[in-house]
This record gives sequence, C-alpha cells and structure tokens, in this order.
Amino acid sequence: MQYELNINGRRRSVEAEPGTPLLWVIRDALNLTGTKFGCGVASCGACTVHHNGTPIRSCSFPVEAAAGNEITTIEGLDGRVAGAVQQAWRENDVVQCGYCQSGQIMSAVGLLSRNPSPSDDDIDNAMAGNACRCATYVRIRDAIKLAAEKLEA
Amino acid sequence: MAMQLTRRDFLKSAAAAGAALVIGIDARGVLAAGHAETVLNPFVRIDKNGFVTVIVKHFEMGQGTTTGLTTLVAEELDADWRTVRAEFAPADVDKYKNLFWGSQGTGGSTAMANSFMQYRAAGAAARDMLLRAAAADWGVDAADIVVANGILTAGPRRGHFGLFVERAMTLAPSQEPKLKTPQQFKLIGKVDLPRKDNHDKTDGSAMFAMDVQLPGMVYAAIKRSPRFGGVLESFDAAAAKKVGGYIDAKALPNNAGVVVYAKNTWAAFKARDAIEAEWDFAKAESRSSDEMLARHRELADDPEFDAGHVGRATAQAAIDGAARMLEAEFVLPFLAHAPMEPLNCVIEPTANGVRFHDGCQSPSFVQGAVGRALQLKPEQIEIKTLYAGGSFGRRATPTSDYQVEAAHAFALLGRKTPVKLVWSREDDIRGGYYRAMALHRAKIGLDAGGRVTGWDHRIVTRSIAKGGPMENFMVKEGVDHTSVEGVEDTLYRVPNMAVSLSDFRSPITTLWWRSVGHTHTAFAMESLLDMVAVETGQDPIAMRLGLLDRNDDKQRRMAGVIEAARDFSGWQNGDKRGFAAHFSFNTWVAVVADVSVDGKRVHVDKLHMAVDCGVAVNPDVIRAQMEGGAGYALSAVLRNEITFKNGEVEQSNFPDYQPLRLTDMPEVAVTIVTSNEAPSGVGEPGVPPTGPAVANAIFAKSGRRIRELPMTKSGFEFV
Repeated sequence: MQYELNINGRRRSVEAEPGTPLLWVIRDALNLTGTKFGCGVASCGACTVHHNGTPIRSCSFPVEAAAGNEITTIEGLDGRVAGAVQQAWRENDVVQCGYCQSGQIMSAVGLLSRNPSPSDDDIDNAMAGNACRCATYVRIRDAIKLAAEKLEA
Repeated sequence: MAMQLTRRDFLKSAAAAGAALVIGIDARGVLAAGHAETVLNPFVRIDKNGFVTVIVKHFEMGQGTTTGLTTLVAEELDADWRTVRAEFAPADVDKYKNLFWGSQGTGGSTAMANSFMQYRAAGAAARDMLLRAAAADWGVDAADIVVANGILTAGPRRGHFGLFVERAMTLAPSQEPKLKTPQQFKLIGKVDLPRKDNHDKTDGSAMFAMDVQLPGMVYAAIKRSPRFGGVLESFDAAAAKKVGGYIDAKALPNNAGVVVYAKNTWAAFKARDAIEAEWDFAKAESRSSDEMLARHRELADDPEFDAGHVGRATAQAAIDGAARMLEAEFVLPFLAHAPMEPLNCVIEPTANGVRFHDGCQSPSFVQGAVGRALQLKPEQIEIKTLYAGGSFGRRATPTSDYQVEAAHAFALLGRKTPVKLVWSREDDIRGGYYRAMALHRAKIGLDAGGRVTGWDHRIVTRSIAKGGPMENFMVKEGVDHTSVEGVEDTLYRVPNMAVSLSDFRSPITTLWWRSVGHTHTAFAMESLLDMVAVETGQDPIAMRLGLLDRNDDKQRRMAGVIEAARDFSGWQNGDKRGFAAHFSFNTWVAVVADVSVDGKRVHVDKLHMAVDCGVAVNPDVIRAQMEGGAGYALSAVLRNEITFKNGEVEQSNFPDYQPLRLTDMPEVAVTIVTSNEAPSGVGEPGVPPTGPAVANAIFAKSGRRIRELPMTKSGFEFV
C-alpha cells in the first residue's frame, strides 16, 4: 500500500504493508534512525515520536493511523521547548549508552510543551513509560527541571 | 569479565604500554587517503585545522570511554577539549589490544585502567613532536614554547597544532615522552568536562548498528529453539511466505534455528513468528525453576570443589565450638541483561572477506569465532564499531553468538548480500547468556564476644567459563573464579573460612552480567555480615571496620571507603538504614541506603555511595556510573527474574521483565575518595553493594530478612 505521510514538515510517500507499525516505516523506509526500536510492545518508549504534537509509541501505532497527521521525530525537533530540553540534557550530561534518549527527549518535549513547569508527579506521569537500562533517571529528572527553568527565563 | 590485577601488574602493564606505543608509531606518518590528517601514532590523528581525533580502542556502551580515553590524550597534548573528537578503532589486535588481556576487547571495568598510561603517552608523544616541529619552523628552542588549548606560543609567535603536523610527522617520536605530574593536570579530574557523546545522542544522529542501512541489504530474524539445547528437526515456512516482504527461510547449519530473510525488520519478525518448527529436545533443558532450585540445594549438600581458605572440616570444627551459630541460605535467579538496543549487527562482503557493523565489545572474539564459522583468517574480518545501546556484558560473548548467527545467515545467501540480523526483545529476554541462578548457604560460628569463629560458605551456580573458550584461562583446579569471586577473596578478615563450590549443569547459557560473580556474592556476603551485626548487637559499620587490617593496602582502602560513606551519609549507630560495601574490579564502593517501608510497600528513597577508584579521571562519569550501576542493580533485585517452565523461559518482554522506571529511581549522592593511586574501573563496581544495602535497609525498617531475589518474592511491592 502507498501511504502519504507528513513527517517533520515534509510530505513523504511510502510503500508499506497495511498494519506496519509507524516505527518501521520511519526507520527502515525513510531511514530516520533517531527513533529507536526497544521492545515493540509500547513498553519502553524508545520509539516515541509526536503525533500532532502528542507523544506516541510508534512501535504500536499503525502507519495508516498516521496518514494525514503531523508526525515529528527527534530529527525534526525544533522550537524553544525542544532547544531547552536538548540543551538541558547536554548540560547535565544525561546520556550514557544513549539508545533510549531520543524517546526520553520526545516525551520530555511533549510534557514541557503542554506544561512548562511540571511537578515531580507530572514528570513521573509523563516519563514512567520511557525505560532507560543505564538508569540515567536522576539526570533525566534534573534535566527536565533545568529545561523548565530555561523556559521560564 | 573478572581479571584480577595487582598494583604490580598495573605497573608492568603501564611499562608495556609505553613500549607498545613506541613500536606502534610509524615515525614517517601516514597521510590517510582523502583526509588531510596526519597520523602521529595509532591513537592520535591531527588535521591541518588543528582538530584532533583520538582513536578509542574500547567500545562505548555508555560507560564513558569515548570521553575517558579522549581526556587522557587531550590532557597530555594540551589540546582544546572542544576540538578533540573520538573515533572507534578498527579491529587490529596488535595496535589496539586490551593491555591486561592481550586481545582486543572491553570488559571487566578495565578500559580506563589499562589505557591510562598508554593514552597519556600517546598524547605526550604527539605533543612532543608538534613542539619540536614548531621549534624548527620558528627557529626557537622547544623549551621556550608554551602549549595550551591546542595553541603553541613562543613570544609573539602563535599557531595551532594543524600548522605543524606536516613537519611533525617527519620527526622521530620520543622513546620516552615526558608525562605530566598530577599537579599539572587540567582535564584529568575536571568536574565539569562535558561528555564527548552528549550532542549526537540528543539529536538522533548517533549511529548504532541498528541504524546501519546498506544498499541491497536484507533483514534477518531467527527462529530459535524454545528450550536451550533443542535441535531443529524440520520447519514449515508456508505461513511465513504469506507475509509481505518475505524473501526466504533456511535452516542454520548447526540446526540451532531457522533464519528468515525479509525486506524490512517488521516483515522479518512477522515471517519468523509464522515459521512452524519441530525440535529435538533430547539434549535440551526441560526442567522447571523449582526443580532447578532443588538441584542447587542437593549440590550444596555435598560441594564438589574447595575454593579457598581452610577445609570444610576446619571451619566446621570452629563452628561446632562456637557459642552461637547463624545459618542462612540465599537464592538468586537467572537474569537477562536486556540492553536497550536489542542485539543486532550487519555483515557485508568485502574484496577479501567480510565487514561487520556492530556495537562490538570484543573484536578479537568476533574475529576468532566468525573466522571459524566462515573459514576466514581473523584479518579478513573487518569490524566497524558503532555505539552500543548498552551491553552490561551481553555483547562480550566468547562464542560471539549473534555475530556468528549473522555470519551463517550471510553465508546461506551466498556471501554476496549484506545481511542485517536483528533480535526482537523477546529474542533477547529468552535468548540466554544469563546471569546464572545462584545459591549460597552459609554457617557462621560466633563466640560469646560476638566475634566470628568459623564460616562455612557454599556456592552453587552454573560456571560461565566451563565448556567454553575461556575455560583454560578462568578455571583453576575445578573452580571457575567468577563463581566465587567476592566471597573467596573477601577483604574482611574472617577466621576459619571455608569456601566451596558446586557447578550447576544445564544447557542454559550463562555469561558475565555487570559485575559478574559479585552480582550474587556481594548480596550473600553483605547480607550475612548484617545478620552477624544484628545477632551480636553491633553497629554494622563499626563491625565491618573491625574486620579490616589497615596495614594491608586493600583493606585500608576498604576501611576508607566505608568511613567515607558513613560520614557522607551522616550515619549514626542505631539508624534504621542499610549498609553494604564491596570490593570488585580493583574499586571499592560503600553504600548507605534509605528506604521507606509501609507494610509491604517499599520505596528506595536515597542511596549514599562512596567510591575509591584511584585517580578520578572524569569525576562526573564516575558519578554517572555509580548512579547507573545502582539503578541497574535495583532493577534486578527489586523485580527481575528469568524463570523456566518445562525448560521454556516464562518471561518474554519488558511487561514481564520490568526495567527500573523513573518512578523507582532513588536520589543518588556520590562521594569520590581522593586518591593518587592508579585509576581502576567504575562501570561494574557500583552494582554489587547496592542490592544488599537496600535489603539491609528493608530489614532495619521491617525486621524481614530478604533471602531470595527478586525482593518481590518476599511479598514486597515497590512503589
């Protein structure tokens, strides 16, 4: 099947079997590899992208549901919130292996876009679905708070 | 990987490092084709704009090597940190071997320790050549040139490294480049030096093997036996053929499974899942977890090997004569490593052999194992190392399991088509190479004054080394040292201690898992010491300090790290907190754990960690590894276990093998003991003491002693 997608502000025409998860279209067909495969069952968040601005798990989101909507991947992030989050991630040296961090950042940008000064509970709710086997969680929490400070300034 | 290394060995290795460097330098230099870069030695390249590339011989799984080894070169070179980049070394054992092993690979928390002198010497040698080149260019004395931040200055003359590389490569390198004294360090020990990988890992551009796409590449997934040791009898691909994107399916040559080829990853997984296969389970593991536990207990009744210290009879006599006796058994489960990036690699043909794209932990293992599989010489196997999305030991398989699978998949297609082999998360959780199940049984005699009089300690676990290529190296008189490390070589002075071992035998594959044997031995030892302290009414920290002799260098540093954690955490005698300390990989870590317990509901609130790893090269990387090591340990001890039903793994993916979540993560405060000793590793040593510190804290709060992991088995719920 042919699908017309809007990815990172560009129209992309892709060929995929119906029901193919958006993740594999993004990664294998479009070669946008910043979005990661971690579990395939929406349990780790490594595949998080934005669907009309809202974080979704692309590994469990069929390509046909994405057609006609705005999809943003880590490669397409821009704007003030994304800049603050990425800068905070760098200043805090959050990353270790780095494999989950695209998904972490997509979830954090989603959170701060709708809630610029999240409480610890808000951070818990937005980020608990993003696993990090390196356990960079202390720094993820701190970086979200730092990004919120940057956005306030 | 657990390689014991004494200080004397370190000095020997350091000397060897110097020699290796000198031998390795091509004094004429090599201008890499197409790149205006000068290779000053195997570890340093500098281009005409003065940008420095450090060739990193260890892979990056998150532990910070790309930052650490780069720091060493940049320090001695007096380079500008912002203009230094890291690049992974090719497979070339002569140039890039781990100096502690003689083969090329990463593990055992050795990257910094074995590279410390070598990479500093490489930086110093390059600096010396640039300095002499500038002196010749400018007609000044080299002694009058100052180097700082990548700029050479002599009076009014200034120039960056790049201006001198061409002349520098015509000079003979110094046989003994002069290294800085610790007082001269600017980057080593700098607390806010940014990681080298923090940009590309935050914008999606960092390349992992999973991200490699080559023209004409096909995707492969493998249907493996549901029981370890099962052999493929036949398979039917009729349903797989109906999956869009399916290409082909073939039996692996050793009948370990069916490789399924497809046009993309999704199709490969779907088609693989649609394969119907018949297996011969005659030699397979078919037991369930309760039967395996029963077998461990039988093996503990009659140990096979004496693993050190006194004989069991001596220990027993000392225990028999004691005023009191304490007995305990600890059971720890199989564990999967579950790195975030599922195992994968890409293999493609070259003119002379093959090239791997892999988050490659052990190029030497891969060259050996794939060479045997494909009948190629090691040098015909090129390896392009990419970032690895975690490993925790899983990628350092002596059998190179997934690379050999990829090699077979590539050969079955005629050795012309690039193949990307991808494991799903289910493949990973069910794929073996686990931290082995372990059982510890101890009997401890105590005299009227509360002192230990004798200690009979029995361990049962599956050997990592036996039956594999590392057996000759790692097994001595029947004892796989990795099964007993952390007990047999405890730093505590325990009188009349007998340590014995039995091997649990099973086709289930087992492997080193972040901190290897210490993952279970530290839990048993530090829980037992806590029990002794409780039984005898002693403060657990004061009691441990009483078991250490400060005239012994290692015991003195153990006492130092224990005191650091005590003081840093504000520990008071009688506190309802948990304490544990452990020595592993030449690094000492002590942990004070604060937990909240409300009935069965537990939250780990804060960990106070003290670490002594010698010279702190990158203090923030050390902190990160303590935080991460603690989190990795917590994930396991709180909830994780691999269990079997009739030989089949009962877990399959993260929903039933739950990784630690942000909501579980405690605060972590780290203090680094100031030291001028040689640096040692930090990737693993944060793991061992974390679990027992938390268990001891739960005991302090609830009175319940945890003897079986994960802790959820004791009825606790972690919130």
